[in-house]
Amino acid sequence: MLKITGYPDRYSVAPGETIAFKISLEEGDRFDARIVRVVHGDCNPAGPGLKFRHVPSNADGSYLGRAQRIDAGSFMRADTVPPLGTTAFTFFAVIWPTLPARADQTLACQWNPRSNTGWRVGVDAGRLFLAVAGADGTAALVMTDAAMQRRQWYRILVALDPATGRYRIDQQPIRHYAHVVDSALLDGTLAVRPDTSAAPFVLAGCPSADGRMDRHFDGKIDGPMLLAGLHDRSVHDRLLGVPAADDLAGAIIARWDFARLPDTIIAVDIGPSRHHGTLVHLPARGMKGWNWTGEEHDFKRKPEHYGAIHFHHDDLYDAGWDTSVVFTVPVDLPSGPYALHVSAGPSDETATREDYIAFFVRPPRARKPGETRPPLALLAPTAAYMAYANHGEHITARGAELQMGRLLTFGHADLYLYAHPELGGSLYDTHADGSGVCYSSRLRPVLNFSPRYHSWLGGHGSALYQYNADTHLFDWLDHQGIAYDLITDEDLHEQGYDLLAPYRVVMTGTHPEYHSTSMWDAMKAWIDRGGRLMYMGGNGWYWRIAFHSELPGVIELRRAEDGIRTWIAEPGEYYQSFNGEYGGLWRRVGRPPNMMCGVGFIAQGFDISSYYRRAPDADNPRAAWIFAGVADQIIGDFGLIGGGAAGIELDCLSPDLGAPPNMLRLASSEGHSPMMILVNEEFGVVPPNLGGDLNPRVRADLAFGETPSGGALFATSSIAWCGSLSHNGYENNVSRITWNVLQRFLDPAPFPVR
Amino acid sequence: MVYRIDPDKDRPYVEEFRRCPIGAHSPGLMRVLTVMRNDPSGHQVILVCRKPFAEWVLGHMPPDRADPIVLEQAPVFTSREAAEWEVFCRRWRALTGESINQPLHD
Repeated sequence: MLKITGYPDRYSVAPGETIAFKISLEEGDRFDARIVRVVHGDCNPAGPGLKFRHVPSNADGSYLGRAQRIDAGSFMRADTVPPLGTTAFTFFAVIWPTLPARADQTLACQWNPRSNTGWRVGVDAGRLFLAVAGADGTAALVMTDAAMQRRQWYRILVALDPATGRYRIDQQPIRHYAHVVDSALLDGTLAVRPDTSAAPFVLAGCPSADGRMDRHFDGKIDGPMLLAGLHDRSVHDRLLGVPAADDLAGAIIARWDFARLPDTIIAVDIGPSRHHGTLVHLPARGMKGWNWTGEEHDFKRKPEHYGAIHFHHDDLYDAGWDTSVVFTVPVDLPSGPYALHVSAGPSDETATREDYIAFFVRPPRARKPGETRPPLALLAPTAAYMAYANHGEHITARGAELQMGRLLTFGHADLYLYAHPELGGSLYDTHADGSGVCYSSRLRPVLNFSPRYHSWLGGHGSALYQYNADTHLFDWLDHQGIAYDLITDEDLHEQGYDLLAPYRVVMTGTHPEYHSTSMWDAMKAWIDRGGRLMYMGGNGWYWRIAFHSELPGVIELRRAEDGIRTWIAEPGEYYQSFNGEYGGLWRRVGRPPNMMCGVGFIAQGFDISSYYRRAPDADNPRAAWIFAGVADQIIGDFGLIGGGAAGIELDCLSPDLGAPPNMLRLASSEGHSPMMILVNEEFGVVPPNLGGDLNPRVRADLAFGETPSGGALFATSSIAWCGSLSHNGYENNVSRITWNVLQRFLDPAPFPVR
Repeated sequence: MVYRIDPDKDRPYVEEFRRCPIGAHSPGLMRVLTVMRNDPSGHQVILVCRKPFAEWVLGHMPPDRADPIVLEQAPVFTSREAAEWEVFCRRWRALTGESINQPLHD
């Protein structure tokens, strides 16, 4: 098990800026810390081994530490709602419980956790309840006897008159089913008066005495309202009608319209008192409500059908840990990959007592006059790192062993992740209620964004994927002595084209899969203006994402319509709440990856990798320089990722999808296993020959092409390519081809266009 | 009815797996492995790494994440292939009632 972990407050920091690290210890009260340059994070004895270079700094030292915990679970808080226990009130909502069987969930409350008093409306074993506790120590709980069904809409009403003790609880399904008893109406009298001392109004959570927010609700809440007085269902009918009943306007205490401002964390109260709520830990917005008909799929065009928010007890935006270590980046520290190495004692078979908290030093934000930067930038795919943050399908999705073609391997970090679901899932995971995780933040420990992490899906051999697989490229650049600047996806999203403009060459990581519109536009503009792109991986420019406009470090994905979808967005929920754009595959909005890098996703398989066979275009005079010193017919029949350079996820040339027609196919992979399978979006009718042993379309195309502006594209088309760079002391045909391309791309001479 | 492993007809695939526990497999062995690796109970056998590239043990992940993963103390494997072979033998016995009394390496 992992005994120490943490996270930085940013992934990209410029010289002169300060980065803060939040560390948690599972045992002991001290830890040591030091800054290191990350060169190679793969400890596979078949490769070069771990390489970290100590960077002495004032962050080095011994620190006091302690356990820091995460209070996951989304909720809404509206502090200005007055105490409701003094006079009669009614709470209305339409709800869609997704884990109704869970005990003791809160829909709404004003609850004082210190005295354990107040009122609370919730769901327990599917049944609507009202709990009341008075300052005099009395308490009462009333609950319906009919369980609500999972993923069905219910109109609920809970009313209480403290003066008389009279209460009403009404639970009515929107849709009725034969032999299903899920409606209930209770009227009665309580002998308890709720404590009216000040307590915040909370939806989907309840304050606990230890300062946490617990007893969360899983599911959607649409149109919550508070009315003065004791009302019945007919009042709810009239309020839901259009136009709303004017005679009831005077009774409204609060009426939240969740369709308003879906790109914010504000829950707008359209009632007269404007008791706006604050949404914590990013419950899902842009969600269709109880009255969605399917006539409109864009929440911007029919907001009245999108009045719901989906709360989850395992939502998490910001772990909110205290800072443990700060590091001000020296102004002369070279740009590149770094980490805070923290250690709390020797590791053994049962415990790992060190961690590497990764971050990147980007180039200075403003250039001094006359300053020169390297002509090469390495674009770290931090959006993809965030998308895969704490990727836990080996825990949450049964059947992963079948997909991997081998046993699922758990390291100490995976055991820690299993035991700490509050760390939050990746965009590949589902919440406990089965709905997809559509927001992912970096403000939490991200156990797979770390050197030394070996992944359950990274291919036989080193089993690396994403960040740690990219250290193979860091290592190769270091070994070759190539100067470069390191920039990140988040930098690119924020700065756009201007970030790329100074560079002649951009190299990608092994799996640059996730891009915002800002990132996509910037990269395309840079390529069209003469940039030289070295696409060093596979399955790039695949999913569209959105960054939040106000909250740092969080992205959104809607797994809409098509593609490799570990969960599938609900119909009507394909638009991104963060910015209103249509989400899903870039291919489905008319921008296939082939338009960007010349190739596009074709197959994936996670067991073993294969090799490329040289193709006739390798001898085309336009590209012969790429193979200078490489006479081999077989390329990359070796490597740390699955034993070959072509593996994990593959791309190929597809002219019909927008690949430039002048792209050359230099080599293509072959000999793939049956587990290397054609991707979903490549077929309409499911063919029987999906595997690489039977389908000739399952291949990686090593590709090159010039652009009209004197630039060029080079695509390895395989995530495993960089795992072959270090083979035989870096003397091999994969390394040589990469070197040849990089040297020519760095040469300022334009590529001929005729 | 999905395919059920036939110990007589599928016996050649035992040897194929023993020779190559991780890699490209024949359609027949793929079918056997697909049956073996599908456990609708939600119980999942996993491989737990104690020392990277040196020591592994088997673990049992329950259907409910609230329950702990249970680690086996022995055997301790020195390769992933050895662990694959052990799990293959256990599953063969569970599905056919027959034991494979053969080591991974001759």
